[in-house]
Amino acid sequence: MDKLTVSPSPHIHAKVSTRSLMTDVVIALLPAVICSVVFYGWKELLILAVSVASCVLIEYVITRYMLKKPSTVGDMSAVVTGILLALNVPYTTPWWVVFIGAVFAVAVAKMTFGGLGQNIFNPAIAGRVFLLVSFPTVMTHWEQPQALFGVDAVTGPTPLGAIKEGLLNKVPVPDIMASKGYSYADMLFANLGGSAGEVCALALLAGFIYLCCRRVIKPWITLSIFVTVALTSLIFWGINPARFTGPLFNLLTGGLILGACFMATDYVTSPMSTWGGVIFGAGIGFLTVMIRYFGAYPEGVSFAILIMNAFVPLINMGFKQKKFGRA
Amino acid sequence: MAKRTFSIGGVHPHDSKISRSCAIEPLAIPQTVYISVAQHIGAPAKPVVAVGDKVKVGEVLAEPGGFVSAFIHSSVSGTVKSIAPRADLAGNPQMTIEIAVEGDEWAEGIDTSDTLVTEIPEDGKQILEKIRLGGVVGLGGATFPTHVKLSPPPGSKCEMLIINGCECEPYLTSDFRTLLEKGEQVVVGAALIKQVLGGVPCTIGIEENKPEAIAHINEVIEKLKKVSPKYEGISVLSLKKRYPQGGEKQLIDAVMHRQVPSGGLPISVGAVVQNVATALAVYDAVQKNKPIVDNSVTVTGECFPAQANLLVRVGTPLRFIIDSLGGVPENAVKIISGGPMMGKAVANLDAATLKGTSALLFLTAEQTARKAPSACIRCGRCAEACPMGLEPFLLNRLWKAGDNEKLEANAVADCIECGCCLYSCPANIPLLDMIRMAKADVMKIIRARAAAAKAAAEATKK
Repeated sequence: MDKLTVSPSPHIHAKVSTRSLMTDVVIALLPAVICSVVFYGWKELLILAVSVASCVLIEYVITRYMLKKPSTVGDMSAVVTGILLALNVPYTTPWWVVFIGAVFAVAVAKMTFGGLGQNIFNPAIAGRVFLLVSFPTVMTHWEQPQALFGVDAVTGPTPLGAIKEGLLNKVPVPDIMASKGYSYADMLFANLGGSAGEVCALALLAGFIYLCCRRVIKPWITLSIFVTVALTSLIFWGINPARFTGPLFNLLTGGLILGACFMATDYVTSPMSTWGGVIFGAGIGFLTVMIRYFGAYPEGVSFAILIMNAFVPLINMGFKQKKFGRA
Repeated sequence: MAKRTFSIGGVHPHDSKISRSCAIEPLAIPQTVYISVAQHIGAPAKPVVAVGDKVKVGEVLAEPGGFVSAFIHSSVSGTVKSIAPRADLAGNPQMTIEIAVEGDEWAEGIDTSDTLVTEIPEDGKQILEKIRLGGVVGLGGATFPTHVKLSPPPGSKCEMLIINGCECEPYLTSDFRTLLEKGEQVVVGAALIKQVLGGVPCTIGIEENKPEAIAHINEVIEKLKKVSPKYEGISVLSLKKRYPQGGEKQLIDAVMHRQVPSGGLPISVGAVVQNVATALAVYDAVQKNKPIVDNSVTVTGECFPAQANLLVRVGTPLRFIIDSLGGVPENAVKIISGGPMMGKAVANLDAATLKGTSALLFLTAEQTARKAPSACIRCGRCAEACPMGLEPFLLNRLWKAGDNEKLEANAVADCIECGCCLYSCPANIPLLDMIRMAKADVMKIIRARAAAAKAAAEATKK
């Protein structure tokens, strides 16, 4: 040893990095990824591959050739965005539509704001919503999963779509449910139509528990969303069960679990404090139910998260940790 | 009941106490010692010896240079060779007294025997004076003169003495070994301090990762209670393991559930905190007339083959300690004086130990190299880790923007520089580096404002 390193304290660092955190998120998403591939087959695999590859490639090209900076793809955040985007579109989506979604998610929602950490909106959700308003037919064309590597796919609406459609025809909710033969067990174990990530609630919840155990995220935002969705729909359902869907239905359908576990908990676009997170989650939960009940779209999670993303700076200002020894 | 700990923030670094089984052993005396006159917070001491003077162990070399200052004693017997500036461990010149060692003759009146003196003098003032004459300073890191800390300003009332046995910094084991090997002396020292403070209750806070020390001190207290009622009211409190529990404000919060107000002193919530090693030094100074001439130093690190806890004479060159244990390991890139969270990196191995030197830690590049910072991902880990409830990410941003006003409003001056923010940042942003600079700037402004206000008040008086 010839020279001593001299630098200010602390001299050690926790074994955690942006890359390790993002890798944990990818691991947490694996059960859902595997489920969706099992249910939808190679088409879903293709979507995942296109989505992840384009997100990473777009970030690489932008950082290296437009910003002329070292590439940031090593932090794995583009991979997370890619997987989330793939889980948010129907498996019948053409690859080029997925690519356009990735361009919007990474190039517009993330990089134009200054890259990871600077974006106001969750890139994957921004990409999904962009596709939803740009390609409404593609994005609302669902085919129900049929056993392994679904050969005889049956086209049909998602439960939420079916309810919306039924209500437009003035059919009461219980009758719609009965006519479609929906059961909550099916919803939990993935047997109903929806985008890939919406199909298996259990796989998503397993990933969420993994993230909490690894202390990558705190459960408060997610729990707050669940509780608010349950309470809000309990009130409406209690008042008029013929017009409004119930709490369990709202919890298990659509992208609620995916959104609540993986998108609303995105560090960059969610509040930092526990109570800020609870408010943020309550806002998402309430808006989701309102959009589902009264909005034009059957599904509201994406919009609810996007809207609440915009409130994050405000929430961060309002909920500050109490300082030691100060009033 | 759940074990107590402080209420805000904190981190859980691996405690790495690999030297915990190493008993404290006296290190040989070097041929030359270099005793700095600036070994404490406050004014440097004024040398009272001249070049060529013969000194014995425990003789005064320098007198306090102000109210907040302390005596410096010779740690060896020999001849004063020079009194001149010498580079300290960071390379900054400090007035240093160089003594060539001749034999090991102790000054008269110092009891060098191992006999335990358990009798507590009635007169607190007398105890305090002996603490002052013994050059006792806080050995937990801050090296604040102990007699000053034990003289609360008029109007304030001490309700509890807390003896800090947390040793929450990873790797350090000297306090742990002191508790095990000199437990009696530490408890007597605590009783002496308690007497100075008017017999207030005394809590010895020890983290749960030192169960042997907790058990031993409990036994010692029981034994001493039978000797004198002066030992009533001393108890051990087992605390959860969490860094920075040994921070004064955090420990008071953990033990008393009281938060020292921002800018206030511990006494404002009725607390006085002293470290285990300080309690031992108080025992030596009061019961044995022995000033601080030596202290225990942990020498450790995974890359360092010889773990040790050494009793080292103050002013021993670091190189002498390291060479006695086989030299600097090949793969060590950094030597730290103190713990890995708050210790100082050594730039100069020819520097000598101070009273407050608690450890020499060797770290490899892999253990200590900083990684390149990346973008803040707003995960909030720094704010969660900050034991003062600050928002390091925000302070970092405000410092970059040069917004001193907002820095002050966001309590940058409260930062205790524990390093939890930088330690926990996944993006490796050098948060504490920036916050230190910001704090220095803001403290300058606060001090200038206070001085201006004082001047204005005096002007109106005239």
